[in-house]
Amino acid sequence: MTDASFPRRRTGRPAFRRAAESVVTRAIAFSGIAAIVILAAITVFLGMNALRAVGDVGLWSMITGTDWFPTSKEPSYGFLPAIVGSLWVTAVALVVSVPVGVAAAIYISEFASRRTKEVAKSVIEFMAAVPSVVLGLMGLAVLVPSIRVLMRLDTGLTAFAAGIMVGVMALPTIISISEDAMHAVPADLRTGSLALGNTRWQTVHKVVLPAASSGVFAAVMLGVGRAIGETMVVLMLAGNSGIVPNTPLVSVRTMPGTIAGEMAEVVQGGEHYSVLFAMALVLFAMTFIINLVADVVLENQRKRWRR
Amino acid sequence: MVTAASGSFELDDVSVTYGNETAVAGVTMSIEPASVTALIGPSGCGKSTLLRCLNRMNDELGNVKVGGRILFDGVDIYDRSVDPVELRVRVGQVFQKPNPFPMSIFDNVAYGPRTHGVRRKAELDALVEESLKRAALWEEVKNSLKKHAFELSGGQQQRLCIARALATSPEVLLMDEPASALDPISTQQIEDTIAELKSSVTIVIVTHNMQQAARISDRTAFMLRESMDFPAQLVEVGDTRVMFTNPADKRTEAYITGRFG
Repeated sequence: MTDASFPRRRTGRPAFRRAAESVVTRAIAFSGIAAIVILAAITVFLGMNALRAVGDVGLWSMITGTDWFPTSKEPSYGFLPAIVGSLWVTAVALVVSVPVGVAAAIYISEFASRRTKEVAKSVIEFMAAVPSVVLGLMGLAVLVPSIRVLMRLDTGLTAFAAGIMVGVMALPTIISISEDAMHAVPADLRTGSLALGNTRWQTVHKVVLPAASSGVFAAVMLGVGRAIGETMVVLMLAGNSGIVPNTPLVSVRTMPGTIAGEMAEVVQGGEHYSVLFAMALVLFAMTFIINLVADVVLENQRKRWRR
Repeated sequence: MVTAASGSFELDDVSVTYGNETAVAGVTMSIEPASVTALIGPSGCGKSTLLRCLNRMNDELGNVKVGGRILFDGVDIYDRSVDPVELRVRVGQVFQKPNPFPMSIFDNVAYGPRTHGVRRKAELDALVEESLKRAALWEEVKNSLKKHAFELSGGQQQRLCIARALATSPEVLLMDEPASALDPISTQQIEDTIAELKSSVTIVIVTHNMQQAARISDRTAFMLRESMDFPAQLVEVGDTRVMFTNPADKRTEAYITGRFG
């Protein structure tokens, strides 16, 4: 080419289109940043509202306090009944949902035919869409009376009842994330194991599960996060008593249940109000850490099989 | 060690149907014990499909039907009384891409024997050593058996997979293009291993590489699918030297001289 100038082509891309492009790009970037900003705003908002409680009662004495009597003359704001109550509910939920969830994931990932797999996956998505208040109603109508009769308790409104229903709620998370993890295990490891004269089940047990273990762990952690934060079901089923429970067979209160149950009745800006915010902060910190751990583990698992 | 007496196949009018499409039809041939049989042919000609019939790995794909008869040492392996899981202990397989399990070198080799009830440490140690020696990997790994299998090179991983398959003392080893993902030196090592092994194990190897088939095999089978409207067929099977010097079929000659495929 002897002519030095590169011939410019008229692209016919008018200025307003270029402007539109840049506006759209920015809007998308903004949406991404907004998520982080909102998260930060939540933390700040909780922290500011909790300041008074931290000053008046003290964060440590709230977390370690064993009595929750916020409305008595000498109010005591101990979180332990709610923290331990939440842990009991979560423990029961895990005992219910982990074996069932992992078994379901193994079935869907390793044994089900393609058609069954599709059906099962959509059924599980439906399960996730059931409003928690509906599960709470079912629990009240069926579970609570049965537990009262079967276990010979004074009331069926217990951590046990709430835990079972919360476990049902955590199932879809546990199933679908574990199933993803098993699905990500390369198929040639399975064929390798089968070709060595192993049955399907031996292959699952010796190759697939170990290889997917971190993903299954993350699924369980996400299930825990779901269970700890669950509000409506525990509010309806757990019984909301104020003592530190030493068994799941008694009425308990949980952090989300306490906040949701009492927030409407407190003086705005008062001490009790601020204490509830402090409790929300503790809850938020717990779920945040659990989700973070799960995410890190999941990411590592994904990297391991990207080859 | 297993000796030359067993590990033969007789294929009689074998066909393979996926859903309602027949991929391979009318394959009749025999595979002799303690020898290397190469399956050659262009991509998509059903070599791997036919190979997977021999240890019933096609069963795992679902929706696959195998017609005709396959006798393994005189026993019809598609008979109801034959358990494919047991068959696979006697007919091992090595895959195209090395697929070691995510565990130590030792545990990889011990995987099969452990499944089949070998628990004693001394017995396992001996089996692992013997298998690694037969796969010509022992010298390179004998001091690092506890290392993770993923630390090995691709060629070493493939020889580990051979050792793993040998650890159940199979009479037959099926190899599906075992060197196609490897560099020339690793390929050479695999071929040397095959030459060592054939006195004790029947080997059936699928390969794209005709020089490889000529170098390592005793008998060669040439398969071809001439049109997508018809299933693949066995064009010719015979002594490797004869196949490569004086093939009976024009299509075989065209393929091995590189005129197509």
